Amino acid sequence: MADTSTLGATAPLTTADGRPLSAALAQAHAKSRRSAFLLVAPLLIFVLLTFILPIGQLLVRSVSDTDFADNMPNLGAWFDANPAGSEIDESAYAALAADLQAAKTNKTAGKVGERINYDVSGSRSLFTSTARSADKLEPPYEAALLGIKPGWDDPKLWQAMRQASNTLTPNFFLAAVDLQRGPDGGIERAPEERRVYISIFIRTFALSALITCITLLLGYPIAHLLATMPLRYSNILMIMVLLPFWTSLLVRTTSWIVLLQSQGVLNDLLVVAGVITEDGRIRMIYNQIGTVIAMTHILLPFMVLPLYSVMRQIPPSYVRAARSLGATSWTAFRRIYLPQTLPGLAAGALLVFILSVGYYITPALVGGAKGQLISNLIAFHFENANWSMAAAIATILLVAVLILYWVYDRLIGIDNLKLG
Amino acid sequence: MALPIYATPLERLWRYAYLVACALIFLFLMAPILIVIPLSFNAEPYFTFTPKMLALDPEGYSTRWYRLLLDFGMAAPEATTGWWADMWNNAAWVRAAKNSLIIGFFATVVATSLGTLAALGLSRPEMPWRRPIMAMLISPMIVPIIITATGLFFFYSNPCGILGVFGPAPACGRLTGWIGVILAHATLGIPFVIITVTATLTGFDRSLSRAAASLGATPRQNFFRITLPLILPGVVSGGLFAFVTSFDEVVVVLFLADANQQTIPRQMWNGIREAISPAILSAATILVVISVLLLTAVEVLRRRSERMRGVSPG
Amino acid sequence: MKRILTTTTALMLVTFSAQAEEITVMSWGGAYAESQIEAYHKPFTAQTGITVISVDADNPAVPVQAQVEAGNVSIDVADLEYPDAVRMCDEGLLEPIDAATLPPAPDGTPAVDDFLPGLLLECAVTTITFSTIFAYDTTVFADGPKVIADFFDLEKFPGKRGLGKRPRANLEMALMADGVPAPEVYAVLSTPEGVDRAFAKLDTIKSDVVWWEAGAQPPQLLADGEVAMTTAYNGRIFNAAASEGKPFVVVWDGQIQEYDLWVIPKGAPNKEAAMEFVKFSTDTQRLADQAKYIAYGPARKSSAALIGLYKDGKTEMAPHMPTNPANMTNALGSDFEFWADNNKDLEERFNAWLAK
Repeated sequence: MADTSTLGATAPLTTADGRPLSAALAQAHAKSRRSAFLLVAPLLIFVLLTFILPIGQLLVRSVSDTDFADNMPNLGAWFDANPAGSEIDESAYAALAADLQAAKTNKTAGKVGERINYDVSGSRSLFTSTARSADKLEPPYEAALLGIKPGWDDPKLWQAMRQASNTLTPNFFLAAVDLQRGPDGGIERAPEERRVYISIFIRTFALSALITCITLLLGYPIAHLLATMPLRYSNILMIMVLLPFWTSLLVRTTSWIVLLQSQGVLNDLLVVAGVITEDGRIRMIYNQIGTVIAMTHILLPFMVLPLYSVMRQIPPSYVRAARSLGATSWTAFRRIYLPQTLPGLAAGALLVFILSVGYYITPALVGGAKGQLISNLIAFHFENANWSMAAAIATILLVAVLILYWVYDRLIGIDNLKLG
Repeated sequence: MALPIYATPLERLWRYAYLVACALIFLFLMAPILIVIPLSFNAEPYFTFTPKMLALDPEGYSTRWYRLLLDFGMAAPEATTGWWADMWNNAAWVRAAKNSLIIGFFATVVATSLGTLAALGLSRPEMPWRRPIMAMLISPMIVPIIITATGLFFFYSNPCGILGVFGPAPACGRLTGWIGVILAHATLGIPFVIITVTATLTGFDRSLSRAAASLGATPRQNFFRITLPLILPGVVSGGLFAFVTSFDEVVVVLFLADANQQTIPRQMWNGIREAISPAILSAATILVVISVLLLTAVEVLRRRSERMRGVSPG
Repeated sequence: MKRILTTTTALMLVTFSAQAEEITVMSWGGAYAESQIEAYHKPFTAQTGITVISVDADNPAVPVQAQVEAGNVSIDVADLEYPDAVRMCDEGLLEPIDAATLPPAPDGTPAVDDFLPGLLLECAVTTITFSTIFAYDTTVFADGPKVIADFFDLEKFPGKRGLGKRPRANLEMALMADGVPAPEVYAVLSTPEGVDRAFAKLDTIKSDVVWWEAGAQPPQLLADGEVAMTTAYNGRIFNAAASEGKPFVVVWDGQIQEYDLWVIPKGAPNKEAAMEFVKFSTDTQRLADQAKYIAYGPARKSSAALIGLYKDGKTEMAPHMPTNPANMTNALGSDFEFWADNNKDLEERFNAWLAK
């Protein structure tokens, strides 16, 4: 029985060995948090080192390009000494000649010319052809260089070179959104025949949205069927959903080529059924239709599985109750069942959208020219060693995907991602 | 769910239409998988059904592509002696199968062990920064594969270059080849392991491990003798997902692998682009058969685990 | 636990254990790579015991450049086209190959004289002459196209067209079909108006084009009936016709002749073995041997006399060679300097045009 005379001043509670309870509790909590974190730590370090940092390293390339600065040190020094707007005089040409001679020896003229070519078309051949005769250059350099190729006094070229001698440049990002630097240093749109990135970005997002809608329309009925059937049968039918999921992506894509090509199975069936004539075979492959159909097939399991796991939790009694209160089956579905499936719907739709935006293999194989998505463009630049350009486009894509990922986390929560 | 007896004729019609639609969707899902099987017996080296095949003429069919899986790349496929050694060492598809299995095995081991450990930590309620860490660990599944492949290519070409953020970067040789591909595949498989094991752990009854602790079990005994057997189906399922991810992965292999690590998907990519060889169809048929067997195995495991945990399979 | 650890390390050791000496050779795949395997790789292994691993790419110049620039080279020998070899040698991406070390002709002529002029570079050795031509299926067009302009004529010869997904060869063919005589094509292409003219001509058939990326795809497209006519490398069509009996016919009018060369990337892991391979595979008999398997002309004068029959023992190879005078009535040799300088620009323009 507590001693009421001391009620005014309550002594803090203590543990058996005399420590204050709150402190002991805090210590125990900290210990269990630490041990939980230690369990995760190895994997976290592994993913950080082998995934997050390498991708970060790639993204840094999008603003950093040392090709010019490394190989043209004399010009770099001249640019540092003479701010923008200074006249391009003999000392500048002397620095240029010295660098070109070094470039010829080190065989870097092509790389340097490539870098400037982004800004001023035709620069690559200017650099390489001048470098071939670089060791015959004698002062006065200005006349000598202009004698080899007249393009050297172009002010645009000098401006491009000045910018290129900074290792940090936003030019790749500009190029990745179809912009370029104008002659006055301002920003303007790239010439018509080179504008390709914005349209491909739009195409990627539009096709992904289309694919998401189609997978939703196809996935909802079968998820509902699987969720409402007795478990015995639904598990067997589930194999029909999981088997495509586990079959090699390349195999599925090849099958679609076989099915959709002009002399393929689908066209043959349509001709036999009299729907189309022999000459009117529908072109369904090597274009956007092929990309959409093949990707829908590949991403359908990603829509079905989250929907299924949500639908399984919905008790059928709600719909029955609604029917008993007089609702038609359509109203019961629309107002009772559908809202309960919204979390699964959102999960599946976002997942499919995120995955289809980043897809590479399928558009590469069946997309033809019109069905190429942004990942294919990244691969193209990577293969041609335009790494900074590839990195710039990749950064934009990654930012878009991460924003969607964050939306997904907000709406549904990463830990609620269920794959059946 | 059967049709209730108070359903109107319109609802019955709607129900049958719905079932037909579902059947068509399942057909859509399965048709590409099934179509490769007859096509793999095509006598001609093209991806179309020849008229002879459609007429079910036996001349239009042959098992030459299955034979090619063993022959292709061999030094002397017609020889009678030394055939097995030749095939084992030189046949391109056999080598690809070996590589796929080796890479898949090691990648799965790494992914499953690290992933299970992490899932155990993540499922504890007191785990700090749970959401951001979970987001980071699932991200390999979300980030477009082309970005992952190019980033890892540069990283493994010069792993020490990453220290360049702290100062001038040393060059320490390249890590591509076996180690690079195995680690990259492990990274890609980890999200699947985490998702499946955390899902299993939500159904795990913690009082069991508390009871074991109260009876004197050390944490190690507790894990290996109480927790692990109960979550084993989830771990195996996650491991299978990780294995299939690695087995089926082609983009990272395209960028990171040397000639010595050509995997089956890499060989198939060749067969679709550079070589146009229907051998990939026979390889695909074999893989489909294996997938069906694996799926059945998973199903059996799942039923067994449900019985063990006392959850009746409805 | 310990047992698992030891078995896994043992497994790893077995797989990483010392392999016999080997080189990696990258080529273009399909019938072409197969001809190289038969004529070069297998005899080389038989003679030296060095294993040759053959890998394929749509265009080996691409992975070679990426690998050398990343400092991560796994290829020992690669088969490149002439403009790519010139450009990459200029940029220091290839190892130099000394022509004096190449084997002489059987009659003693040194290699530098035996190879056709201009085919021995500082960093590369030419193996074959090939041609980009166009082909059609005789069962589709009984009275088929005869000149390059027919390829762009959709009224007389309806149906889809196959074109390679890169500007090279396409732009030249477009200009020749538009009436530019062969000797003037590159002069016209060097001007912006000329490039516009070529793209305009390609625009006339653009909506009916199926784009191929790998050399093995054109015969597949023809066989599938996916296209009515397609450009292709002549040897691939020849192989489809000769060894698989497909009714394909090559139209030589407007052919664009090019060369393929062996190069050794800078930093190749097995340089000495790679050099041995290059020397072995470019001797007179080997180059003539390759002509047994595919219709590409050897780069050595002494090999031409040794060309005989196809591997089936029946077909004469000489009429199918790109360099046969009967096929050269309207031929164009690809200008390597033009492409070495302008390939990147034109490729960018081509990609943007494709995406529209």
